[in-house]
Amino acid sequence: MPVWLNGAFELGLIYSLMALGVYITFRILDFPDLTVDASFTTGAAVAAVLITDGVSPWVACLAAFGAGAIAGAITGILHTKGKINGLLSGILMMIALYSINMRILGGKPNIGLMGADIVTVFSSMKVLLLMPFVVIAIKVLLDLFFRTDLGLSLRATGDNERMIRSFGTNTDNTKILGIALSNGLVALSGSLIAQQSGFADISMGVGMIVIGLASVIIGEAIFGAKSVFRATLAVVLGSIVYRIIIGLAYQSDFLEASDLKLITAVIVIVALVFPSMQKSWKQKNLARKRTAQILGGNGQKGGGR
Amino acid sequence: MLEISKVSKLFNPGTLDEKTALVNINLAMKPGDFITVIGSNGAGKSTLMNIISGVMKPDIGEVKIDGRNISALPEYRRSKWIGRVFQDPMAGTAPRMSIEENLAMAYKRGQQRGFSFSTNRSRRTIFREQLSRLGIGLENRLSAKVGMLSGGERQALSLLMATFTKPQILLLDEHTAALDPARAELITALTESLVREMNLTTLMVTHNMEQAIRLGNRLIMMDKGKIILEVNEDRKKDLTVERLLGEFEQISGKKMADDRVVLG
Repeated sequence: MPVWLNGAFELGLIYSLMALGVYITFRILDFPDLTVDASFTTGAAVAAVLITDGVSPWVACLAAFGAGAIAGAITGILHTKGKINGLLSGILMMIALYSINMRILGGKPNIGLMGADIVTVFSSMKVLLLMPFVVIAIKVLLDLFFRTDLGLSLRATGDNERMIRSFGTNTDNTKILGIALSNGLVALSGSLIAQQSGFADISMGVGMIVIGLASVIIGEAIFGAKSVFRATLAVVLGSIVYRIIIGLAYQSDFLEASDLKLITAVIVIVALVFPSMQKSWKQKNLARKRTAQILGGNGQKGGGR
Repeated sequence: MLEISKVSKLFNPGTLDEKTALVNINLAMKPGDFITVIGSNGAGKSTLMNIISGVMKPDIGEVKIDGRNISALPEYRRSKWIGRVFQDPMAGTAPRMSIEENLAMAYKRGQQRGFSFSTNRSRRTIFREQLSRLGIGLENRLSAKVGMLSGGERQALSLLMATFTKPQILLLDEHTAALDPARAELITALTESLVREMNLTTLMVTHNMEQAIRLGNRLIMMDKGKIILEVNEDRKKDLTVERLLGEFEQISGKKMADDRVVLG
């Protein structure tokens, strides 16, 4: 396996946790949550600080998840209790978190995790050996959760809020829970990226929401999303495919590393525009065909239908 | 069972669009009462439903269930006692979830939702049994997505979901109005049998005069936010559409104005 492909699998697996988080808000809750761009960094920063302090890397991962979940919960509270527009509450939280992330990092824009005495979760086990287990475990746990009574009410909150409220669910709470869970996963992903790449940086989360969306959309387009089980699988695979596409782009001679964000945006735009154009084109074609059929049939049989 | 006393509601207070939606409404329902509600456009029928279910709060007045004042409770906390079917067949079910998942959510009406699995063998047995009462074959399609069902099928499912935990109060808000006549008839028949079997205390808004007279043991007529006519059990038996329209004109001094009214 070429080195770049190896790297694509590593990154794809780690970022898939972030993509699963984006899937929860974007697809299940139908809530476009921009907190992600900053909570990713929060996770990385928390883990980096704890690990350099000698805390177990697993505990650091858990703490990162918790920190992300708290950030998400606050976004949820701003949106539901404060009645702030969904996009805006995410943006507000993102801006606020920038300062908090800077505080966590101790006022420095980045922290290195390269030293010989630094122990990360990847110190004893390679990324490609460890991550498949972590990702599958989290995917299965999510699948199971979304089949419980609580998970069902969370899905229904995004599907038909009025209905699930009429059956006694406080949809404010399910939204807050969903956004918290989502950002917990995003922060966990951030903490693992910090450990894999050897540093946590204040700007490492920029554009994360779009990368998450790209993974979700690519995954669903290629692998389908008929059930939650299929959808979460599609999101994980989509994250890997996305990294392979980016890797291929890097392989070409005329693209620079800084073009990555443009490529990502283009992928998302194509993935969003193409299916809807395809649908309306198909519909038009069908309508034309059926009209011709009905009119033709009319002429011959005098209105059979 | 249900007691509404001196309930008033104003829309857009203090603006040019200010409108009195309900004026001093009093209504008491005994257990097993089945009241049909008719009235012209903007009479306040839906507002009354929304006040009972907690979607809206009354400006003044009280709503009580079983003697307990629930005026201050939000909708999601009242739903323990209140089942509701909306006019829009899309409103009462979650389209991207399966039939059994929808039923599982209804099954836990008003209860704490935790980490137990929503669909297990014993629940599925109950769901199949309940679905078979509808008589439209849904019991064999437990894992089908609700979005794939027709409007009539979805409304039948909504009706089952609203009733099968036997709520204290059942609210039906023109729940057959958006269906074609054959489907509407099916849903009406289902409503009748479910309400009778479980002896549900029911409040039903309808545009169908004939239906309003045929169903239930009491009838109320609303206009401009007031209850202008109450027909009790004895008098309802020999009520006709003509007589009802006559009463309306006499009381309100105008013709029944409702663009959707069905005389039956």
